[in-house]
Amino acid sequence: MGSSAYISLENVVFSRSGRRIFDGISLDIPRGKVTAIMGPSGTGKTTLLKLIGGQLRPDSGSIRVDGHEVPRLKRTALYALRQKMGMLFQSGALFTDLSVFENVAFPIRVHTNLPEDMIRDIVLMKLEAVGLRGARDLMPSELSGGMTRRVALARSIALDPELIMYDEPFTGQDPIAMGVLVKLIRDLNSSMGLTSVLVSHDVTESLSICHFACIIADGKVIGQGTPEELRAHESERVQQFLQGQPDGPVPFHYPAEDATTDFGLGGKV
Amino acid sequence: MLDHVRALGRTGIDVVVSFGRSGQFLFGVLRGVPKPAVGFPLLVRQIYSVGVLSLAIVVVSGLFIGMVLGLQGYTILSDYGSESAIGQMIALTLVRELGPVVTALLFAGRAGSALTAEIGLMKATEQLSSMEMMGVDPLRRVISPRLWAGFYTMPVLALIFSVVGIWGGMLVGVEWLGVYDGSFWGNMQSSVEFVDDVLNGVIKSVVFGFVCAWIAVYQGYDCVPTSAGISSATTKTVVYSSLAVLGLDFVLTAVMFGNF
Repeated sequence: MGSSAYISLENVVFSRSGRRIFDGISLDIPRGKVTAIMGPSGTGKTTLLKLIGGQLRPDSGSIRVDGHEVPRLKRTALYALRQKMGMLFQSGALFTDLSVFENVAFPIRVHTNLPEDMIRDIVLMKLEAVGLRGARDLMPSELSGGMTRRVALARSIALDPELIMYDEPFTGQDPIAMGVLVKLIRDLNSSMGLTSVLVSHDVTESLSICHFACIIADGKVIGQGTPEELRAHESERVQQFLQGQPDGPVPFHYPAEDATTDFGLGGKV
Repeated sequence: MLDHVRALGRTGIDVVVSFGRSGQFLFGVLRGVPKPAVGFPLLVRQIYSVGVLSLAIVVVSGLFIGMVLGLQGYTILSDYGSESAIGQMIALTLVRELGPVVTALLFAGRAGSALTAEIGLMKATEQLSSMEMMGVDPLRRVISPRLWAGFYTMPVLALIFSVVGIWGGMLVGVEWLGVYDGSFWGNMQSSVEFVDDVLNGVIKSVVFGFVCAWIAVYQGYDCVPTSAGISSATTKTVVYSSLAVLGLDFVLTAVMFGNF
């Protein structure tokens, strides 16, 4: 992928609480495309986004975002780089003491000196893009889960970022809300020319909108390519994940001692 | 036996690490003062939340403590025929000790616990993370105004506590028990020194305000982002603040009034 990569990870090692999350992971995320990062729960998908955003530092390895070596950036440079990033958190992470309008206006007010009428126009345009212009005066506690994520999405594109990261955007959404989010992610990417990174374990939705996907397990990339390439991947682990099979290379049972011994039947029968 | 020694050592290391982290945290907050145009409205909002909303409990507590001091003081002093000194006793007790100390304990219970819970909940709901990802430093935006609000409001609250307490003592001593009001106020005026008593009390409350606010914001920022973690952090705020206030009060009293 080389120079067309907006984000590039090389041999990234990261451990937390004595557990190795990433063991030399390498990955290129192409510019201007939707990339889905998938994998079973607990494999460190959200951690990967935090490493890209500089909220966590790797033990070793290189993480480059738009040419900047993120772990080596000074605080000011890191905060400046983050203004080019938007992130949609799993919970939405709206500020509970601010209205929908003020939530979307927040990054604009902090980072620009625009006059109030211009801020109003930008906020309403962003809310219009997610279909919630009419909800501007509501408080976050009055929103449904799907609406919360759409407002959070409007907030994350308020400053017209180059990169947007979605952390499990489909989790816990009803089919309509999920369909709305899928459409928004695809439309925003094409209309704004964004680089989108989508972390999810919803295979169908993710593969339906991504240009490129990779599957992470045991701290490494076990399969990557276009959705078609992944569907035809020869790895049993990739196929088990894509097809949702309960047992396979990733075992159904958590490692335990022999059942006969554990139930106290050993030698007595 | 070895396990107990190991556990003790681990606890000791954890405490030292925690002190180190809270020191780093404080350095980060003090370094990251927001620009006046942004910071001032945030500070005013926090002064309202931390200070103005604590007024009710401070005023009511001050009134009752002053009234109790009046009753107890009268009972003890009247045995020696010195009930006219009740005004000076109430004023010195409140201004030097009870004003700063009890206000700090009330502050830790009302405002400190609220600060910890609010910041902890912001952490648990990823609001602090989202702020970071928007290129906004939460230490500047969220923590700094809360820390300084505690620092500024505590001396004012302690002075209000002392004034209301003296008034409560006057109600009991003069209005109810019949102590001559001229001697009540006169003895107080002649014995209470501005620098030695009032100013030292204010210095104490400034120190307590800073320490209580520091503990509260640090516990919130450093908490485990779960319901149990926030609950534990809130409890720690009240316990650590109370112990710190009582311990520091002894040290400050020894330095200010020791005359060794």
